[in-house]
Amino acid sequence: MKKMKLVLVGNGMAGVRTIEELLKLAPDLYDITVFGAEPHGNYNRILLSPVLAGEMTLPEIMLNDLDWYRDNDITLHAGRQVTKIDRVKRKVIAEAADGSLTEADYDRLLLATGSTPFIPPIPGNDLPGVLGYRDIADTEAMIEAAGKYRHAVVIGAGLLGLEAANGLMLRGMDVTVVHIGEWIMERQLDRAAADMLQASLEAKGMKFLLARQTEALLPARTERGDMMARVGAVRFKDGMEIPADLVVVAAGIRPNYVLAESAGLYCGSGRVRGIHVSDTLQTVTDPRIYAVGECVAHRGIAYGLVAPLFEQGKVCANHLANFGIGRYEGSVTSTKLKVTGIDVFSAGDFGGGPGTEEIVLHDKQGGVYKRVVLKDDRIVGSVLYGDTADGSWYFQLMKDRQSVAEIRDHLMFGQNRLGDTGHKGENRAASMPDTAEVCGCNGVCKGTIVKAIKEQGLFTLDEVKKHTKAASSCGSCTGLVEQILASTVGGAYQAVSANDKPVCACTEHSHKVVREAIFKHHLTSKEAVFETLNWRTPNGCDKCRPAVNYYLISSWPHEAKDDPQSRFINERAHANIQKDGTYSVVPRMWGGLTTPSELRAIADAAEKYKVPTVKVTGGQRIDLLGIKKEDLPAIWADLNAAGMVSGHAYGKSIRTVKTCVGAEHCRFGTQLAMDMGVKLEKMLFDMYAPHKVKLAVSGCPRNCAEAGIKDVGVIGVDSGYELYVGGNGGIKTEVAQFLCKVGSDEEVMEYSGAFLQLYREEGWYLERTVHWLNRVGLDYVKSRVVEDGDNRRQLHARLLDALKDARDPWQTSREAQAIKQFIPIKVEA
Amino acid sequence: MTDWKRICPLDDIPRLGARVVQRPGDEDIAIFRNAEDEVFALHDKCPHKGGPLSQGIVHGRKVTCPLHGWNIGLEDGHAVAPDSGHCGRFAVKVEGGEVFLAL
Repeated sequence: MKKMKLVLVGNGMAGVRTIEELLKLAPDLYDITVFGAEPHGNYNRILLSPVLAGEMTLPEIMLNDLDWYRDNDITLHAGRQVTKIDRVKRKVIAEAADGSLTEADYDRLLLATGSTPFIPPIPGNDLPGVLGYRDIADTEAMIEAAGKYRHAVVIGAGLLGLEAANGLMLRGMDVTVVHIGEWIMERQLDRAAADMLQASLEAKGMKFLLARQTEALLPARTERGDMMARVGAVRFKDGMEIPADLVVVAAGIRPNYVLAESAGLYCGSGRVRGIHVSDTLQTVTDPRIYAVGECVAHRGIAYGLVAPLFEQGKVCANHLANFGIGRYEGSVTSTKLKVTGIDVFSAGDFGGGPGTEEIVLHDKQGGVYKRVVLKDDRIVGSVLYGDTADGSWYFQLMKDRQSVAEIRDHLMFGQNRLGDTGHKGENRAASMPDTAEVCGCNGVCKGTIVKAIKEQGLFTLDEVKKHTKAASSCGSCTGLVEQILASTVGGAYQAVSANDKPVCACTEHSHKVVREAIFKHHLTSKEAVFETLNWRTPNGCDKCRPAVNYYLISSWPHEAKDDPQSRFINERAHANIQKDGTYSVVPRMWGGLTTPSELRAIADAAEKYKVPTVKVTGGQRIDLLGIKKEDLPAIWADLNAAGMVSGHAYGKSIRTVKTCVGAEHCRFGTQLAMDMGVKLEKMLFDMYAPHKVKLAVSGCPRNCAEAGIKDVGVIGVDSGYELYVGGNGGIKTEVAQFLCKVGSDEEVMEYSGAFLQLYREEGWYLERTVHWLNRVGLDYVKSRVVEDGDNRRQLHARLLDALKDARDPWQTSREAQAIKQFIPIKVEA
Repeated sequence: MTDWKRICPLDDIPRLGARVVQRPGDEDIAIFRNAEDEVFALHDKCPHKGGPLSQGIVHGRKVTCPLHGWNIGLEDGHAVAPDSGHCGRFAVKVEGGEVFLAL
């Protein structure tokens, strides 16, 4: 079949990202031709500021060099500006600097012509030395001027203006920022944050003239008073004049729709100008023509930050690939200033107004300011200065429109700052030195992360994890890594809502969509899931297969067949793999109780199989470490013979129920904690879940079993039991939240069983109970488990049904076919 | 001349799984079988920290090491970018439902 022709006009970040997304979906659908006015490949425009500041070089900010176009069979016409679109003959005509013309036919046309700096209509705006700030040529001109001249004036104190001013200052110029507003960055910051930012920029040597209107740019004069062909001063309406050898105008951008309009495509009128597109990024005038990026007006908004443009690119690519799924419905944006050493974050509508409330934390001397604006218990905007570590958390809550009523009292103190381990409680990403360790698991320093982001052109958290390994093990530094990413790429970074985040690279669907589809379409095999949801890979990967397998067996117990090859090795081998490839074996001790004969059998097994390490675990069990895989079936047989079964210390499953000695022995005990613990553990035996599940039962509020940091914690009181849920003693110490109080042992079983079944049915794979609770809210769980008795009993019944024929995996693994995986094949020399 | 050693029936290796082949005085070899019944043989040792690749999850023509999640290409033994490194591979074939390894 003959390929269709796709022509891209505009070789910038939005257009090329769309092509990249398209190549991922349909690599062979089109012959692709790209026209770019600039004589380069595609570079990271956002990083022009660090280039200006001398922190990076041009080769470092190239995203797609010329080899990339060649490797992907894309014809690139760099340095040729498209001047005409002939929609009847379906071709574009481009002109080079020397006047030569190039033509290209298209079946589909993608416009990504970007924006142009807005230069106010004031006298002198065409003098040499007056620049916008948009591309490599502007940046090079500024660097050149910095080497020759002294006085720079930047008009406009928005993001771009301040970054330009900072760069010129670092290059040794005397810089004055002129702004028409009362305070700087007034579209992103409120006055308090802006004043703090201004003070810290002034401390670096930047000068400000606020509430000033520029009247004219005046030419320089020779000593004799003759006018020269270069700017020399700026005059304001109040008559004041300041010297200016270089004037950078950063007074906003305008969508560049000249070409589109000349081709008869509708580009709006009045205030909303830009190439008008629908939710599929097709121009409203001509369905063969698509447009993305800063040149576009979508639902009346033209975006100037790169994150929304990437979202547009993704949707546009999907339609270009003829998949036809996905709509672009607009973006919520957030802002970060890229000035080294200064942390500023802003998102949403922070202007306040009727019906809004605000919470403010302001430590002027300490240099911290946080303001969160709420409406109907939801975050609608936030401004942070100094400590911006929680910016992405607030942003997430805002995008997800999640109620913050329950967490309002500690909202300002951030997302569980206390108990964060592994990076010394660091929370100011931009001011951390490059040598500071960010990821304590993999020993990754800030400098390494920043370097990777810049050199490899990374934009997402996943990419940073892949390239640097930071935040890829325990994940406790994820917030910090996100901050470093945000402060390095600025507006390009946009946290993805967990609800929309794809499971892995094999699919564009989120955990939510996959879970719901399995239930709704009654899917019972991974093949059915992959087919129904158009998986990109034939049999998934190590990320999605375990998740899908779990969703299948938890949605359709007894019906969906468990697939061992979709489980992590620990769940296949029913033991925990260690760094040297040996395994650890933990026999179950119900409620932490054991007997002399069990201990004797464990001791015998440890000697017989020469177990090098025997250790008591945190969950009140005995761990035999360093066992060869081929010995596993035999040691299990010995332990089974002594009446012991698998302790599931290896699974995303019920692990342990830890108990104190309770009223059985303790003089303070109010309830039989050991007995309760054993009953719970027997009820939950062999229960798989989205992640590991730990319980504890204490016989009195002294809580010796540490029930406050367990997924389900039961605390005996004289009149019954208190139930706590969502605790966690790991990466982040999370204190469990009070669920309800119950009177009897039977109720403890029913309520905790129902809670865990709800988690099993609705939690996402690898989501601990605390993360699930944070996502859905404790109120929701209470409404299903505590307030609705019928629903609770049904949940509990479904749990019992799912576990009705649970068998000891140590036993079943020794059966004929299953045992083969443990036995190596020996060959003779 | 290649010395083909008969290893086991193909069905003794689970689809999307692997078996370990032990040689006296030499390092272990992992034999993988993918969904299309293609077989591959690599040193059972991840180039990262020596993890046993035979214990990993097999997908497409790749295996994910169980220790730290590196992906290794089954055909060439090379780590999938951005990771880099490779492990040795061995010629392997299936004839008449039996797996043979070149040693």
